[in-house]
Amino acid sequence: MSIHKHVVSVTVRDRPGVLVRIAGLFARRGFNIESLSVAQSEASGISRTTFVVAGEDDTLEQVEKQLQKLVNVIKVVDHTGAAFVDRELMLLKVSVNTPEDRVEIRQIAQDFRARIVDVHRDVLIFEVTGDEGKMNAFIESMQPFGIIELVRTGRIAMTRSAADPKVKSRTAKVRAA
Amino acid sequence: MKGAEAILKALEREGVNVVFGHPGGAIMPVYDALYDSPIKHVLVRHEQAGAHAADAYYRASGKVGVAFATSGPGATNLVTGLATAMMDSSAVVAITGNVPLGLIGTDAFQEADVYGITGPVTKHNYLVKDVNDLPRIIKEAFHIASTGRPGPVLIDVPKDIQQQEFDASFDVELDLPGYKPTVIGHAGQIKKAAEAILQAKKPVLMVGGGGQVAAAEIMEFVEHSNIPVITTLMGIGAYPAGAENALGMPGMHGTVTANRAITNCDLLIGAGLRFDDRVTGRISRFAPNATVVHIDIDPAEISKLVKAHVPVVGDLRDVLPRLQDKLEHLEIDDWWQQLNAWKAQYPERYKKDKPLVSQEVIEMFREATGGDCVVTTEVGQHQMFAARLFPTSHPRTFLTSGGLGTMGFGLPAAIGAAFARPGEPVVCIAGDGSVQMNIQELATIYKHQLPIVIAITNNGVLGMVRQWQEMFHAKRYSEVYLADSNPDFAKLAEAYGLDGYNIFDRKEAARLIPEVLAKGKPAVMNFLVYEAEKVFPMVPAGAGVDQMLLGDQEPEEAVAEESV
Ligand SMILES: Cc1ncc(C[n+]2csc(CCOP(=O)(O)OP(=O)(O)O)c2C)c(N)n1
Ligand SMILES: [Mg+2]
Repeated sequence: MSIHKHVVSVTVRDRPGVLVRIAGLFARRGFNIESLSVAQSEASGISRTTFVVAGEDDTLEQVEKQLQKLVNVIKVVDHTGAAFVDRELMLLKVSVNTPEDRVEIRQIAQDFRARIVDVHRDVLIFEVTGDEGKMNAFIESMQPFGIIELVRTGRIAMTRSAADPKVKSRTAKVRAA
Repeated sequence: MKGAEAILKALEREGVNVVFGHPGGAIMPVYDALYDSPIKHVLVRHEQAGAHAADAYYRASGKVGVAFATSGPGATNLVTGLATAMMDSSAVVAITGNVPLGLIGTDAFQEADVYGITGPVTKHNYLVKDVNDLPRIIKEAFHIASTGRPGPVLIDVPKDIQQQEFDASFDVELDLPGYKPTVIGHAGQIKKAAEAILQAKKPVLMVGGGGQVAAAEIMEFVEHSNIPVITTLMGIGAYPAGAENALGMPGMHGTVTANRAITNCDLLIGAGLRFDDRVTGRISRFAPNATVVHIDIDPAEISKLVKAHVPVVGDLRDVLPRLQDKLEHLEIDDWWQQLNAWKAQYPERYKKDKPLVSQEVIEMFREATGGDCVVTTEVGQHQMFAARLFPTSHPRTFLTSGGLGTMGFGLPAAIGAAFARPGEPVVCIAGDGSVQMNIQELATIYKHQLPIVIAITNNGVLGMVRQWQEMFHAKRYSEVYLADSNPDFAKLAEAYGLDGYNIFDRKEAARLIPEVLAKGKPAVMNFLVYEAEKVFPMVPAGAGVDQMLLGDQEPEEAVAEESV
């Protein structure tokens, strides 16, 4: 048994209930969904969802086959093991207690290339993008100052090779319909 | 035309001529349109029965079965039937009414989240939000239900959409970019499968429910290759039970020969099956020496439970003939000698040294019908006895709830079968427990005077549960006793206008069974049988198929030795 974290992209038709069925398949086989992001893809009527789940490799392969069977699922890609880029976006609200803190916080933010999106007398809000490691490191660095609130989008991912021609032709057909 | 009329027109175009259903407020426009439609409607007395009848209609005919129900309780009553159809891959289209669109989500009267509830028990489902989508959705539903691995599809139609006028056009295109079943097997995989089979010294073919569509191909394949055949509960009839190469049923209550063949074979072809745990027993002890060739139309079944060394995804009707072309008559005389020795050593047997037993009754039905009938079963000991002693010889003629094991399936399934195969006798092998789960359908049988004989093997208990309690729960018989409060089934039948018989001994049984069958009329035959009879062999839950408890299947000599 080998348990790994998997980043799975599921290309779906924009139909009500698709997400419920996908989530249901993960849940039934005991997978916890760690993050999920959904949005329109390059083709109209087609959405890309990115799931981050942790679980046993063989079971995940089963779940992927079951996902593929759903009528409104067009493609399932498990990025694990392949070369892929992944990013997430985070908004983080940190408290600023002293002028010294302010300077230090700004310095750290610069190192992370985090942008300030809102400024108050005793609060700053940052926007950061990056992979999971960067997010976690940024959170750690901000912790001593007091994180008031943070929101993360969940990961999105893309394989590094050129787009899969099969998906392209399928989405093209949908667009024509 | 109105949405409701379009629904019926679309069904007509799909070739539907019978629907099983029950009306109610939210589906009244459809029932109003039905009044002028050529489609025959069978009024069941419970929606669950409607779903089972539609399911059995497909199983018996290969034509999609259709069920109607109203919103809320009507739709939730369908759920067991949909789950049953899903597990056994049966093509059903269920159409439910719902509250008007604007009321959905407001906890309106008789509103339930039917789309949400039925998702996990259907192959696909729809909530119609625009009347213009109706013709396409219905076309898609029939396509999805009946192609690839068949399954139930539900269409939930809000009442206002049923009432809405629109310009209906039925020449619509399917819009299913994510749905493409693989029918044609991969040539390279078929070649690999052939190579593996040609090397085998002890091969066996195991056929499941998927074989019901490919009986002719299976027969040819077997005759050409001389391979021994095991048929699962769902595969009964896909290869004739009495045919020369048949080894019987595998698994928990399988034959000794079939289970020994699994344990000893060096190659196993699984064709149109999903290696259910009732078939495999403990997986690590299942076919431990075999190269597994798994042919199935559903790629998700490959290596789900039993690792396939050679997977072939495709329709058996395509794959088997192509595989056969690459094979010779297999030289496996030694293997056959071994198999035939087991067959001879372990014939079906049971003891008649006690009051009438279920097995005898079921055998009498086989003899009286010559196996030329449709058999449906309920769930329990009688189901296993029927599978072993009354397996039919034609595809689509042995209808039983295998995957879900639904008590209450057999009686409404007999109704579906009677409509699917008019003129053919239908025998429902039932238990005194199960038969009461949809007993209200006696009214439907009476109304249509269907040629159904319901044979209740009345042991006065929930026999299968009692058997487990006797064997694995220290004879603590908890809540399995029915006899003190069972109805008088003959009188009950009569109350519904049917012929009813209470039969107490073998002589009566032997006399009455042919007599009642000859009448071609609906009847309930209630056979009082021995309470403590058990189904053997039995592979206890969690054990391997090589660890059968033989019980009364033990060869007589061995029993004699033991008793010394
Ligand atoms: C709907 C449903 N509830 C419960 C069960 C569990 N169950 C399996 S067999 C059985 C006993 C069936 O009794 P009966 O119909 O009298 O058949 P017998 O075993 O006595 O032949 C029960 C309760 C089931 N399979 N289905
Ligand atoms: Mg009983």
